[in-house]
Amino acid sequence: MTIVLMAETKNEVKFSDAAMADIQRYISHYPEGRQKSAILPILHIAQAEFGGWVSPEVMDKVAEILDIEPIEVYEVATFYTMFNLKPVGRHVLEVCRTGPCCLRGADQLIETLKHKLGVEEGGTSADGLFTLKPVECLASCGTGPMLQVREKFYENLETEEQVDAFLEMMRKSGVETPYHQAAYQKS
Amino acid sequence: MAKITFDGIEVEVEDGTTILQAARKIGGNVVPPAMCFYTPLKGSGGKCRVCLVKVTQGSTKDPRPMPKLVASCITQVQDGMVVENTTNEDVLNARKSIVEMLLINHPLDCPICDQAGECSLQDLSYEHGVSSQRYEEERRTFNRVDLGPYIQLHMTRCILCYRCVYTADQVAEKRVHGVLGRGDAAEIGTYIENMVDHEMSGNVIDVCPVGALTDKTWRFKNRVWFTKPLDAHRDCPTCSGKVTLWNRGDQVLRVTARKDKYNEVEEFICNTCRFDKKEMSDWTIEGPRHIDRGSVISANHYELPVVNVPIVPNLPRSAKKDLPNAPEQWNP
Amino acid sequence: MGLKILTEHINVPGIETLEVYRKHGGYKSVEKAVKTMTPEEVVEEVKTSGLRGRGGAGFPTGMKWSFLAKPEGVPRYLVCNADESEPGTFKDRWFMERNPHALIEGMITSSYALGANTSYIYIRGELMFILRILEKAIAEAYAAGLLGKNILGSGYDLDLHVAPGGGAYICGEETALLESLEGKRGNPRNKPPFPAVKGLFASPTVVNNVETIASVPWIVNNTGAEYAKVGIGRSTGTKLISASGNINNPGVFEIELGVPVEEFIYSDEYCGGIWKGKQLKAVVPGGSSVPILPANLILKTTAGEGRLMSYESLSDGGFVSGSMMGSGAFIVFDEDQCIVRNTWNYSRFYHHESCGQCSPCREGTGWMEKVLHRIEYGHGHQQDIDLLVSVAKQIEGNTICPLGDAAAWPVAAAIRHFRDEFEWHIKYPKEATAPGAVYRGQLDSVTA
Repeated sequence: MTIVLMAETKNEVKFSDAAMADIQRYISHYPEGRQKSAILPILHIAQAEFGGWVSPEVMDKVAEILDIEPIEVYEVATFYTMFNLKPVGRHVLEVCRTGPCCLRGADQLIETLKHKLGVEEGGTSADGLFTLKPVECLASCGTGPMLQVREKFYENLETEEQVDAFLEMMRKSGVETPYHQAAYQKS
Repeated sequence: MAKITFDGIEVEVEDGTTILQAARKIGGNVVPPAMCFYTPLKGSGGKCRVCLVKVTQGSTKDPRPMPKLVASCITQVQDGMVVENTTNEDVLNARKSIVEMLLINHPLDCPICDQAGECSLQDLSYEHGVSSQRYEEERRTFNRVDLGPYIQLHMTRCILCYRCVYTADQVAEKRVHGVLGRGDAAEIGTYIENMVDHEMSGNVIDVCPVGALTDKTWRFKNRVWFTKPLDAHRDCPTCSGKVTLWNRGDQVLRVTARKDKYNEVEEFICNTCRFDKKEMSDWTIEGPRHIDRGSVISANHYELPVVNVPIVPNLPRSAKKDLPNAPEQWNP
Repeated sequence: MGLKILTEHINVPGIETLEVYRKHGGYKSVEKAVKTMTPEEVVEEVKTSGLRGRGGAGFPTGMKWSFLAKPEGVPRYLVCNADESEPGTFKDRWFMERNPHALIEGMITSSYALGANTSYIYIRGELMFILRILEKAIAEAYAAGLLGKNILGSGYDLDLHVAPGGGAYICGEETALLESLEGKRGNPRNKPPFPAVKGLFASPTVVNNVETIASVPWIVNNTGAEYAKVGIGRSTGTKLISASGNINNPGVFEIELGVPVEEFIYSDEYCGGIWKGKQLKAVVPGGSSVPILPANLILKTTAGEGRLMSYESLSDGGFVSGSMMGSGAFIVFDEDQCIVRNTWNYSRFYHHESCGQCSPCREGTGWMEKVLHRIEYGHGHQQDIDLLVSVAKQIEGNTICPLGDAAAWPVAAAIRHFRDEFEWHIKYPKEATAPGAVYRGQLDSVTA
């Protein structure tokens, strides 16, 4: 495997005011000079702000905000699996593929989704709506097979009918509340 | 001061010294190998695990043995500590295991690798490796990453020691290359358009224990064992200007920093000295450079009948039965 | 019904709000601790309680707390490990989602005991919705004077923050967690120095699991001696068990330690038996890292005694015939499950999650996964089984952090107890790879 950092089409990276406020709030959680600690929450905010993935331009912007070298952001973003390094569909279906879910049919769920969306693992459907991303254990083993879209768990997806109903619902759904608007504001 | 016993040899060192440095004070064949630890680089070590040793007594105060093998490069000595390296079969077996692990995804392309002849992984495999191969799966591959006009990166050869990352952090103050990804997909990478153009960046070549980072200006020019190393210096505004030249006749094929017998750089040098000064007239020649352990060039390792000989004499006889014709004592 | 220390009020409507939580006795321990006890007294109670770390290692919490270095003028930190990622484990997510204030109360009381003025809850990034629940609850606690400056007029100050991860199992290892909390790659640190001496931001730090911290308020309210009366032997108190796999009632159960395993599997109060009327084949009793045990060994020890849900009983027999309590993730396999496929699945997990820092784990986890994949898909050789045992042994104990061990143990245990199933896969690749084929216990039976 090789990690290729893809360039963004947009040139200017500008966070919304609400996102910037949330970023500043996270930075304030750490002692002075330790602002780099806020990198993970900021990357989550960035991913929600800029179409579900982080481009090198976005990461450069994060580096600028945190006053660190861009490579430090790339190192972190490529280590953690939640950050998508290339464009994704509107909904990223993060399907659990680990043991306990497999005991209850996660393999079949992944196969069903592949078939219904016409994609391979990691691929995006032709209509640009869905990216299929198998992931490891999501701490929902009692309610498997399951998957996650953004901040929501969709559990007990055992039958084909359930999968159909789920996909239908997602087709109608837009991108939910962006990350920053849901966060609580202190004071 | 702390007094420790290493492979039966007593040595006294300053408090805070690591086991590895204490062993180096003894010197010779008891010294554990090191693939990731590098004295000049702060924070290096602990990763490759080839320097694992057994601590059979923690200290005089607390004589309990340490439950697991410990990385000698980062474990500090305690007064009264007893350590086994070449005298402990578990240690030698663990080391063998780790050499095998380091090699399963390594391309073994030594015949076309510029590092061959001065490669720490070659030395290590030679001393601790096994001759057969149990790995039959596909080896890991990577796309080529361009690190600019001077430095060649062969990611397939990389053993992820992180030395180059520490070098870039500590010697060249602005770091543009680092470790991307994780697990066995982790790689040394850089953002495509960012060249490694800092004036000290060439030092990543010298610290690399394998052929992952090599000098493009020396690429395929010659084999290192055909060259003649010379100590030389020049007045350099950026660095000390103290280097080793690797010549064929009067032709300077390569310039490197001076390295000690553990392959550690004495003083880092700048890119101008390394890449641009390739004429004898650029340099004041001091004399021939003796190349010690860490290289097969002058150690003549390849002429020895049995590779493990230097490190086995302290083992019980039963453990030596697999080694053909191992002499009782090896004197270089 | 046993005693419920953690989950007594978990089903009360509105318990996630401060108002309802306080109505049910919430935050009493904060009041008691900061107003009437010294920090040392709180530590002493926890020591007396015999509470053991609920994240997996089972180390006595009070002892861990007493190791914390206390140099003058250096801040100390308490970090809650909410990076619940061990396959099979979902108790912490379940608990925090329903009763966030219980964790926050535990954080305040524990931080007071340790003398920490800033504490963090590090939660895995996938659980962003829980982070929001916690942040909301924290805001309520600040507004009520339970957090911030001069808590309840006691003069004690505490700031509490939640920090999300980014998707990495390894960050559940405490030093990797600290690296991640500092905004770096989750590479575990070499120890020593231990976090108790040099942890977060190079300051003395205690890292505790969610369930561990949430147990502290009860101990402070009811004394450690009372807590020690619950449970069995050195397994004191109650434990949240995440039950998953092929059972009728998967979910989280709070048990008094010492419940018989057989009762736990078959009683309607807990797992409710194996689903679809099938037979029990095996159990992984403590999360994917611990050794798998076949039905006979999980129900009874080799001495013929019924096995109990306790640290000691589950590990009875060592790794030869026993396993571990681990994080309390109880994964049940019915007779139609394939051990080879399952072992490969876990091996892939550890390969995927290895940080790549040290060589035995980086290279070895991938090697094991590839060999297991070959066997599962009908391309194995008989010598592969010994090769797997050997590679697992080469990883175990030689790595920086316990992920190497965690990757090696399940493979070694599966082969130890189900070697014939591996052999069958290799000997009859066509039969073994047929859809739905499962080894039925007869090596030369090809009519699976």
